[in-house]
Amino acid sequence: MQKITEDLARRRAAELMRAGEISCLLGWKKGEFDYDVEPTVFYTPEEVERELVCNVFSAANLSKYLISLTRKAEGRVGILLKPCDSFSFNQLLTEHRFDRERVYALGLPCEGTVDTFLLKERVGEGIYSIKIKDGALEVETLSGEVKEIPLSEVYAERCLVCKSRRPVAYDEMLGEVTPDADEDRFAQVEKLESMTAEERYAFWQGELSRCIRCNACRNVCPACSCERCVFDNPTSGVETKAPSEDSFEEKMFHIIRAFHVAGRCTDCGECSRVCPERIPLHLLNRKFIKDINSFYGDYTAGAEVGSRAPLVSYTKDDPEPGQGGQK
Amino acid sequence: MQRIGVFVCWCGSNIAATVDVEAVSQALKDEPGVVFSTNYQYMCSQAGQDLIKQAVAEHGLTGIVICSCSPRMHETTFRRAAAAAGLNPYMVEIANIREQCSWVHKDIALGTQKAIVLGRAAVAKLHLNAPLTPGETPVTKRALVIGGGIAGIQTALDIADAGFKVDIVEKKPTIGGKMSQLDKTFPTLDCAACILTPKMVEAAQNENITIYSYSEVESVGGFVGNFDVTIRKKARYVNESICTGCGLCTEKCPVKNVPNEFNLGMDSRRAVYIPFAQAVPKVATIDPDYCNMLKNGKCGVCARVCTAGAIDYKQTDELIEQKYGAIVVATGYEPIKLDKFDEFAYNSSPDVITSLEFERLTNAAGPTSGKLLRPSDGKHPHRIVFVQCVGSRCAAAAGKGKEYCSKICCMYTAKQAMLVRDKYPDTEVYVFYIDVRTPGKNFDEFYRRAAEEYGVKYVKGMVGKISPQGEVLKVQASDLIAGRQLHIDADLVVLAAAIEPDRSARPLATMLTASMDTNDFFTEAHPKLRPVESPTAGVFLSGACQGPKDIPETVAQAGAAAAKVIGLLAKDKLTSNPCVASVDELMCNGCSSCERVCPYGAISYVNKEFRMPDRTVALRRVASVNPAVCQGCGACTVACMSGAMDLRGFEAKQIIAEVDAICK
Repeated sequence: MQKITEDLARRRAAELMRAGEISCLLGWKKGEFDYDVEPTVFYTPEEVERELVCNVFSAANLSKYLISLTRKAEGRVGILLKPCDSFSFNQLLTEHRFDRERVYALGLPCEGTVDTFLLKERVGEGIYSIKIKDGALEVETLSGEVKEIPLSEVYAERCLVCKSRRPVAYDEMLGEVTPDADEDRFAQVEKLESMTAEERYAFWQGELSRCIRCNACRNVCPACSCERCVFDNPTSGVETKAPSEDSFEEKMFHIIRAFHVAGRCTDCGECSRVCPERIPLHLLNRKFIKDINSFYGDYTAGAEVGSRAPLVSYTKDDPEPGQGGQK
Repeated sequence: MQRIGVFVCWCGSNIAATVDVEAVSQALKDEPGVVFSTNYQYMCSQAGQDLIKQAVAEHGLTGIVICSCSPRMHETTFRRAAAAAGLNPYMVEIANIREQCSWVHKDIALGTQKAIVLGRAAVAKLHLNAPLTPGETPVTKRALVIGGGIAGIQTALDIADAGFKVDIVEKKPTIGGKMSQLDKTFPTLDCAACILTPKMVEAAQNENITIYSYSEVESVGGFVGNFDVTIRKKARYVNESICTGCGLCTEKCPVKNVPNEFNLGMDSRRAVYIPFAQAVPKVATIDPDYCNMLKNGKCGVCARVCTAGAIDYKQTDELIEQKYGAIVVATGYEPIKLDKFDEFAYNSSPDVITSLEFERLTNAAGPTSGKLLRPSDGKHPHRIVFVQCVGSRCAAAAGKGKEYCSKICCMYTAKQAMLVRDKYPDTEVYVFYIDVRTPGKNFDEFYRRAAEEYGVKYVKGMVGKISPQGEVLKVQASDLIAGRQLHIDADLVVLAAAIEPDRSARPLATMLTASMDTNDFFTEAHPKLRPVESPTAGVFLSGACQGPKDIPETVAQAGAAAAKVIGLLAKDKLTSNPCVASVDELMCNGCSSCERVCPYGAISYVNKEFRMPDRTVALRRVASVNPAVCQGCGACTVACMSGAMDLRGFEAKQIIAEVDAICK
């Protein structure tokens, strides 16, 4: 997302707000640092014009906030949607989680967002400020050094293998749609599949052992939008299940979560983005997506509103259990 | 706290031989909440049930666990006993220690240990049981019979006779099925048409019966007593109510080379046709694959010659929606394809035919007007070889054919061989067999007559190879009794092809949620005690769709299925199962997953105002279950991510309690 889109987004959103078309806007604003751009709700056009940030750090998927915001806000809620977020937007609509009429969506073009972990690693020391240039970041470090980092080196993995940069939902598109990424989305899953069961177990054991159960992955996930999560529900009986000796609770948490979002996950990659331990959680979901594609034909959750997901629809051509075959 | 009684059944020696029943009842005595535990020889007997009633009264039991056979077998029995003792019938849990324990184990120690664990799980579940009350649903007093062969016709006639409306759906342009293609029928040799066609006419004229010919079942919804069925009435391009069946169009149609499926392709028909003279309904049908008018708009001869004006080239498929209380499956059978049996030269020689083709060749209404002539040159065959078990009783390892016995072949082969010898005494007839199976009234006498009086040469042994050579078919076979190879030059070979369920049966079973065995025959609810009911309530089985059957058996089963349907339709209300889904609205996301997986359409959505945890009031979309429609299959509870959907009597916490008890 370039500067030009940010200017356009600020102008257009403020305009809509002044005209009374939208009562508030779901967008991003700068946090503590330049790379620390966080989701926020703007209520005045002045705030929008001053603080709205639409750049390579506007990574957060805002669609999930519509559930709570449309319940409490007056009138229509404005939202900025990157192409990948628009899939989550549609998926939530499919699940009737908010009323489409109550939302005005501004589509944003996107060429990728920055993986801040990767950026910090690449810079190697504290970041004081960042200037976004054409195709690169000009980073001033705490020691006063200025480093130029090409964007292509710090794009998030989810963006390099982005499923589509063509937004699937918006009322109005700001700027031009950008060309799709061409890397294979399932290459990493295939790598995991090629491991032996023991190797794979060891891989996940290693990754998931770092989990601190902060619940960030669940809280950010647009598919994890239950009124009350089973993990927070004392009557579900989940929390009374003590971990057995060779297992650990976190593993089950992530696996259960992957099952719960299977067929509904749009592969937005937010789970891995927010994980403070950098666990590649999205790979669990992506494995499900790959399997669903091979069993039931290509399916992208959220590609269209109301599409019947393979896991909750039945056709006579579905593979029989036990045949286990590919379609 | 529940006061639980445990009753361990010996089932004679069925359970007691592999499970130490005394040890089980002793061990379960120590389970929490168990105040009484005993064992008895036959818990389902009157004395056993009295034991239960007595214990409920004496010990103030609030719930009972029966360790016995599968709940499929006696759950109802024990629920009734509990109700008679003043308990809610849903405070009964069955631990299946027979089918799932004693019958599958040989070691008494292990079997006993497993029985205790299963009993413990049932006790753990029972602690969380709540009394449930069944509701009532009305019954639509109309039955659907799928398939219009002899099975379907007989079932429909019997149901109609009891005063209920019946619809027959038949995919072909006429009812009659396979029987209408047969010549004579064993063991009495009456002609099939003579005994079938009056029934066809009777069905057509019965005011309680509606025949949807050239139609197929498109979709089935609902449940016992209240099925919603959509029937696709295919366009036959002829107005059925106007067509008089005069047959003029079928004579004038210029397209003459259409393979005639009624005669199994051994002669041809026109593009507009009536399958056979006694067809019901006797109306013409235009074959859209061959009709010039429908293909390229050039012709229109039939419309011109039809004095009734019945031809309608613009006719389209019609969808008929109808409610039924009961459904009878009578989809019948097909002979198998013989593609994999190259050794019999079926595909390479026209003089190697199937038994059904032989029926057409000897039928007076068939392609040769009943004269037995070789398909290749129209000559009279002087030496005929019948081969039995073609594709029947095949080893699974052979990778072709069926493992089962097709049951009808021995008898019809005896009939065909006998009739050939009767009509053409100059013909030499061989029958090659593995075994001759003739159980049935007057069946063995019939076969012996063929062999002894009519001189049919029965040879025990199989034909290894048939090679067409010039005008003859070189048959190489073994005579197992004489222990030698036989080489016969035959003029005609008749293969008794195995029979398999009609191909339409599998998708239909899916629509009906009725189960099938590995051979695609419909499964009965109990192989001995409920042979005409499918495990799906309200779906009944008639004829060969359930397994290979001859005509007498089919007709008997058709009548039995009709009796079951009548029994159902005679009721005004059905007691509904109280073990239905229920939703916790506070947890429901309104996402529609449950609605999408519900096979019965029992779930709808309502918008309701809720007080949220942050003290605001929000309008939320939540699921609502119609308990009269819900069948308690539990699909929704699995689809629900948040766990808002639960199944009464099988709540998630009950299942977890069972699992915990087993893993303890």
